[in-house]
Amino acid sequence: MKFALYTGCVARGATRELMVSTMKTADALGIDFVEMKSAACCGAGVLSEQSPILADALNARTISQAAKQDLDMITICSTCQGNLKKTECKLDSDEEYREKINHVLKDGGHQYTTGKTKIKHFANILATPEGLKLLKEKMKRPLTGLKVAAFYGCYVLRPSGLSDFEDPDNPTGLEDIFSALGATPVFYDGRTKCCGFPIVMMNKEASHKMAGNALVDAIESGADVVVTGCPLCHLSLDSYQPEIDQLRQKGYEIPILHLPQLVALALGHSPRELDMHKHIVSVKELEVKLS
Amino acid sequence: MSVIKIKRYNPEKRKDSYFQEFNVDLQPGSTLLDVLNEIKWEQDGTLTHRMSCRSAICGSCGVKANGHATLACQKQAEFLLDKKTDSITVEPLGNMPVIKDLVTDFKQFWEKVDQVKPFLKNESSPPEKERSQSPEEFKLIDDSSTCIMCGACYSDCNVLEVDDKFLGPAALAKAQRFVGDSRDEATLERVKELSEPGGIWDCTHCGECVERCPKPAQPFYRIKEIMTVALEKGVHDNNGARHALSFTKSVKSSGLLNENTLPVESMGFTNIKGLLELVPVGLRMLLKGKVPPIFHKPCGELNDVKRIFKELDQ
Repeated sequence: MKFALYTGCVARGATRELMVSTMKTADALGIDFVEMKSAACCGAGVLSEQSPILADALNARTISQAAKQDLDMITICSTCQGNLKKTECKLDSDEEYREKINHVLKDGGHQYTTGKTKIKHFANILATPEGLKLLKEKMKRPLTGLKVAAFYGCYVLRPSGLSDFEDPDNPTGLEDIFSALGATPVFYDGRTKCCGFPIVMMNKEASHKMAGNALVDAIESGADVVVTGCPLCHLSLDSYQPEIDQLRQKGYEIPILHLPQLVALALGHSPRELDMHKHIVSVKELEVKLS
Repeated sequence: MSVIKIKRYNPEKRKDSYFQEFNVDLQPGSTLLDVLNEIKWEQDGTLTHRMSCRSAICGSCGVKANGHATLACQKQAEFLLDKKTDSITVEPLGNMPVIKDLVTDFKQFWEKVDQVKPFLKNESSPPEKERSQSPEEFKLIDDSSTCIMCGACYSDCNVLEVDDKFLGPAALAKAQRFVGDSRDEATLERVKELSEPGGIWDCTHCGECVERCPKPAQPFYRIKEIMTVALEKGVHDNNGARHALSFTKSVKSSGLLNENTLPVESMGFTNIKGLLELVPVGLRMLLKGKVPPIFHKPCGELNDVKRIFKELDQ
């Protein structure tokens, strides 16, 4: 399996441990990721606030770069996934708009062609029957006894028409991966909600309450760890966790892992190799449970 | 027989709400509203719910089915069935007080709609005939005009769950109906008000309103249209606008997001309180080696990215 890897900005910046664990997971599973070094930012739904056509032009350029290599694209960030899919949908459903964008791309040597490249979140290739089989085959350390709560990230679920999860209102893809790795999935209401990160600069109190509600829900549903497919959710749930009142009042704390970190743990890597010591919330209790 | 679990509440009889189960033989093609009516008419006349048109036009019959807001008349019951339990859970809309059973109090919802001044503002003397719009001009408000005020978006809005000061998706979609109207003369005044705390920049992009909206109004996209107008009109003195401008500047100069400059520029250099708020998280990340590289590395083929910005006049 060979894919163009769209890393997104945050996996190269504040959550470099996501990049480390993604590459280790791919290596262990025999997946060949070709990093898209010339791709621009997906816009994160923010660039389009300033100029929707600019965000679409940059994303169309990115998708056409993968198409040029005859590769499907893999994202490791829910936000990147959602924004790239939005551009894809707009271009595929409006020929006039597609031509306009292609006119802009032309001088850079890029052209967007409908249907040439599929855009998939890493979770969506692992949560297929083939992916789950591969995980089971390559697993070296089953995560038996570990209770894992998923946190999906809005952009891979909504709008549902752009989601690869079978039932975006009640997805099971991440939980299927946890089960394949020997862990026990924990289902809780907050798993498909917003982490609050997009408004942390504008309405910090509301942002932290959103993260807090989801984490309290996960903890009180019995989770040992929360796993997310979105580095922005990771920042909200991990980096800001010590500031979240609902958790402080209850004396709660819970480690947050990136999906590839959990997978790589089961594939035999140690927490240190996956840079888990860089997380704000300690993973020590998790290490004890796994030992 | 399928099971319909309905959340009941009648403060005159009992303080708390509770679930009551009804067994119903679902007929193919029956809507959830048909099922609620059947229960009311044939099993329990005290069940209280709103309804009117039965055609997804009036917006009266909004409820939560299996935890998500929907118009009861727009969904066929058999497609809502949880296959494992052969049941459907029905609750009143969220983010509003419940009056009785499935009937909620829309008072705050309407107050917020009133707050965005949902009427055309035009002081200039009217032309001889009507104030006409071209098809292109109408297209800008076509989607928001389809809102039927059913409250489905308001019910499931993730921000309203934690902050009832947020205007919410329905009122903001209604605001776009006038911000985008070529005949309205108060655009600047509107976007200034909508950029205040509780307005457009408090939307968290969760997309719930897009998912629940039974019409093309799809509030999140309308909110983003207001943001674009606010930025165009120079309403920049708030964290949301500064965040968007800083983000764009970063992508323009490097093709990628610079996570070191974004928080500081979003807060604003003179916003001492805001800047101080960044210190704890910044320190925590610094101590753990999580701070993004000081020297921000641009993406490859940056000239092409810059060319695209230039070509699109950005």
